[in-house]
Amino acid sequence: MIPFEISIKYLIAGYAAAFLILGLYVASLLIRWHSLKRDLETLEKLQSK
Amino acid sequence: MEPRPKLLSLLTALSLFLFLAALTVIFVYAPLEARMNYVQKVFYIHISTAWVGMLGFLAAAAAGIAFLVTKNLQWDIVELAAVEISLVFFLVAIITGSIWAKPSWGTWWTWDARLTTAAILELIYLAYLLLRQGIEDPERRARFGAVYTLVGGLSVPVTFLSIRLWQTIHPAIIGTASAQAQGGFAMAPAMLHTMFFALGTFSVIFITLLWHRIRLGRLAHHLEQRRLQDAE
Repeated sequence: MIPFEISIKYLIAGYAAAFLILGLYVASLLIRWHSLKRDLETLEKLQSK
Repeated sequence: MEPRPKLLSLLTALSLFLFLAALTVIFVYAPLEARMNYVQKVFYIHISTAWVGMLGFLAAAAAGIAFLVTKNLQWDIVELAAVEISLVFFLVAIITGSIWAKPSWGTWWTWDARLTTAAILELIYLAYLLLRQGIEDPERRARFGAVYTLVGGLSVPVTFLSIRLWQTIHPAIIGTASAQAQGGFAMAPAMLHTMFFALGTFSVIFITLLWHRIRLGRLAHHLEQRRLQDAE
């Protein structure tokens, strides 16, 4: 049996890695969405001028 | 750009709820595995992310076929979204697998048939993202993407079946494992329920993210079209 201290260390590492990667991806979606919206607004302003 | 559909908002809330519920089921309902102790709980994330990752690559191939048949660029947006999200989920599967392997096999990585085919699968789709960025014409880019995901999709069944086709130390949790398999375990009914709950949860999360990513792709496409019109 894998000792508790070792097992829990890898458990935390596994979940931390999963949360970090998925969290970063969701953040990247939000950042890209706001960035594209800003670009579109700028383009529309330039065209109206 | 159209406002966010109510169904998408509902799906997002449902995904968050299911994610928290899945974590509760994993840590409260699922029993501790006798030999691997707590680290076995990484398995539920590992198998769920691998499942949706592979499913997403197949969905991208299906979107590729739809583009080749209809020539509708909307399918290219769906295909790109499916590949991008699948890459993220499959990366999680590879990394959590590696973390699980260390205490089970005594090593982070070994060039075993399953691990090698999984790494190749990830690289194939990473190359897809890099290569399509080099094509400026949207029609050509979509055609390239459709053919690429169609051919790349062949590596999905190869990766999935690798533990059954070749001798490997990777365990087959469901079905017959190779005689050399290490780190496998007999699934108690509660573990099986937890696994299916996690698979369902991650499938819902995948669909939600896919929808968000498709909306992002449509916005990017709209902006690209506006810029092209301005340039003309």
